[in-house]
Amino acid sequence: MVHLTRRLLSGITLAAILGIATVSTQAATLHMAWSQDATGLDPHKQTAFSSLRLLELIYEPLVRVDASLQIVPAIATSWAFSKDGKELSFKLDPKAKFQDGTAVTSADVKASFERILDEKTGAAARANFLSIAGIDTPDAATVVFHLSQPDVPILTAMSDVNAAIVPAAEITAGSIGTKAMGSGPFKLDKWDPNAKEVLSANKDWAGGATGVDGIEISVLPDEAAILAAMRTKQIDFALLNDPLVATLVPKEASLQLNRVPVLAYHVLQLNPSRKPMTELKVRQAISCAIDRQEVLDTASLGEGKVTGPLTIPALATDPSQLFCYKRDVEKAKKLMAEAGFADGFSATVIGATGEPPTAAAEAQVIQSQLAEIGVKLDIKMMELNVYVDAWLKGDFDMAIALNGGRADPYTMYNRYWTKAGNLQKVANYIDDTLDSQMQQGRAETDPEKRKAIFADFEKHLAEVSPWIWLYTSYSYTAQQKNIAGFVPTPTGTLFSLSKVTIQ
Amino acid sequence: MNYLLRRLATFPLVLLGVSILVFVAIRMVPGDSITAMLGTEAGLLTPAQRDALAAYFGIDQPWFIQYWRWIGGIAHGNFGISVTYGRPVLDVILERFPLTLELALLSMIIALAVGMPAGIHAATHNEKPSDLGVRIVAMIGQSTPSFVLGLLIIYTLSAGFGVLPAMGEFAPLWQDPLRNLSQLILPAITLGFAFAASVTRIARSAMLDVLSDDYVRTARSKGASARSVIWRHALPNALIPVVTLSGIEFGYLLGGAVIVEQIYALPGLGRMVLDAILQRDYALVQGAVLFIAFNFMIVNLLVDLAYVALDPRIRLGEQ
Repeated sequence: MVHLTRRLLSGITLAAILGIATVSTQAATLHMAWSQDATGLDPHKQTAFSSLRLLELIYEPLVRVDASLQIVPAIATSWAFSKDGKELSFKLDPKAKFQDGTAVTSADVKASFERILDEKTGAAARANFLSIAGIDTPDAATVVFHLSQPDVPILTAMSDVNAAIVPAAEITAGSIGTKAMGSGPFKLDKWDPNAKEVLSANKDWAGGATGVDGIEISVLPDEAAILAAMRTKQIDFALLNDPLVATLVPKEASLQLNRVPVLAYHVLQLNPSRKPMTELKVRQAISCAIDRQEVLDTASLGEGKVTGPLTIPALATDPSQLFCYKRDVEKAKKLMAEAGFADGFSATVIGATGEPPTAAAEAQVIQSQLAEIGVKLDIKMMELNVYVDAWLKGDFDMAIALNGGRADPYTMYNRYWTKAGNLQKVANYIDDTLDSQMQQGRAETDPEKRKAIFADFEKHLAEVSPWIWLYTSYSYTAQQKNIAGFVPTPTGTLFSLSKVTIQ
Repeated sequence: MNYLLRRLATFPLVLLGVSILVFVAIRMVPGDSITAMLGTEAGLLTPAQRDALAAYFGIDQPWFIQYWRWIGGIAHGNFGISVTYGRPVLDVILERFPLTLELALLSMIIALAVGMPAGIHAATHNEKPSDLGVRIVAMIGQSTPSFVLGLLIIYTLSAGFGVLPAMGEFAPLWQDPLRNLSQLILPAITLGFAFAASVTRIARSAMLDVLSDDYVRTARSKGASARSVIWRHALPNALIPVVTLSGIEFGYLLGGAVIVEQIYALPGLGRMVLDAILQRDYALVQGAVLFIAFNFMIVNLLVDLAYVALDPRIRLGEQ
């Protein structure tokens, strides 16, 4: 008791000396923190995780995906594919309004997609919408997309904030990116890059009243400092990347950790255009020599799940059914010998420093595992931009990567494993079977048949091993226990902050 | 006066050299503003999309044209526009600078207030237990990385006492002095700890040198008190190396204390430059480096002038 009193007194004294006091949570403003800030406000150009998380609170796409990755309404209340799969119609919510009070109409939808498709915009998501041959707007609340070929995954692609509907008038004025004007639950009142964002509730939001009056997002670059700020109740809600910090959250009585497996996957990318990874048996030997669970346990404290290529829960195959997912060093050595590399070989593996935070540790575990079959790995860690530059050029023997996932396997992988894929140069692997499976999956509308097509795709991909899929990790958010209503999802979206309340 | 003018006349030349170095160096780093913005998704762009974005970021022209435009703009007081902030570079820098200046000054005050007395004490108690104690603490101070000390302070305060300065939004001195001080005092202590350690070591060794000089012995033999010998005779001469060290250290701090600013989430120059490099905000990196170089030159000049004030025998610029 004496000890407690002394500790309390010394705390109060210290607070008085420093001129600080614990900050109590304001009734209706959610104080949030993250370590990396948004990098811009143009929803069609931004791809950074934090940018997407911020922009999906301000802008809305036609549809969304929910926590179980099902398509649900956003600006559109209903939608339908034509029988031949070449027409996709949407009915817009008559209540949907932009934050300046003007209604969201079919003209805004048309203008938004034309902007995305215009090469001058530089929209990264354009590649997902190339099947759009024309857009009709029979009335203010109806939009019809005419597709050049059946394209089932396009609906999922439209759920992304990169396909957000922006006001046609703002496109004409050229102010997209300098001013944030969406139809989402919050308005952006202030953005001080790399320091702070202030959002206030959009009273006209078609989705109803938000649970809080506003959100203040602070950029605290060090996640240990975010945790410290949560301990002192300065922060109500935070996004965390580092599993080392996230695992400390449950130790704090007043805090709650939300974690959910995400669609993004940790992977060792081999470069099948470089010798000896050109040899199927060498790639398979590497796959057999890697103990994925050990990589997960060591690099990420077991915070995740071993995965095959498909990370979408409804479509993923049990990894134990995939090629060499149980480590088999003897088989690996045999495959190496058959490929003419019984004595092993040397290669370099690249990784981005801190992106993900586990990259260096993953490379080290893999280095020691592959040493057992004579593969000598030289680890080269790089600043993220330098890494991205090398990665985009396909200039690596092997690369440790954390690649983003999508709610649809076609959108997720067509960039790598189809002959026309934009990132073919990164994958450096052309396979007729994979290409044809992707095309079948794109056109197939029957869910069960689609599932079977992608199960075969996954099995084949794991067997030919151009990459070695390792694990999916968790997306972490931490919150004070008096915050209610947040629903974590595999896409990592923070959209449910729109319904969060402070008790 | 002549010396001052001559030194000032070299500034444009030095800044021109710095401008070329920073312009070339930032462009030699692989990656560009497009990959910084889009990451690996940049691979999905068509050549026409890439060209459009390059024009948007102002990196579509050959480097010498880009340089000429930039340097020509500076001649007219225009440092360019930051693509991250969407505002003039100079505005962004000047908004961040007061914090950095304040933090540097506070750290220096702490360093000198702690380091000078400790160094003098150690020198006057040479090889005694208290000297040993000061040297050990100074050694620890110099070898403890600021991120360790910073995180230790933050952890101890938050986990042990449940208090922490408000993080996130920074309060400028003129708006809320008390809150401003509360936000800066811990970072200043974190920075000042290592700085004080260096000052202690330099002050101790300079005092030891001076105390063994003939004029100090003469002063003692004339019957001057120990206090007078130290403060009136020895200290002014021992200050010269301390001024040199403090000047250089202060110059560095004016460039921003990246790690401390990161840990305490302070929007200072250091964090701004780091973010600008990571986001390949070329105009901001270039403008900030020029600004920092200019500050460094001013501090160096002031240090040189301080020598004259401390030791009238020094005549700057004379052959």
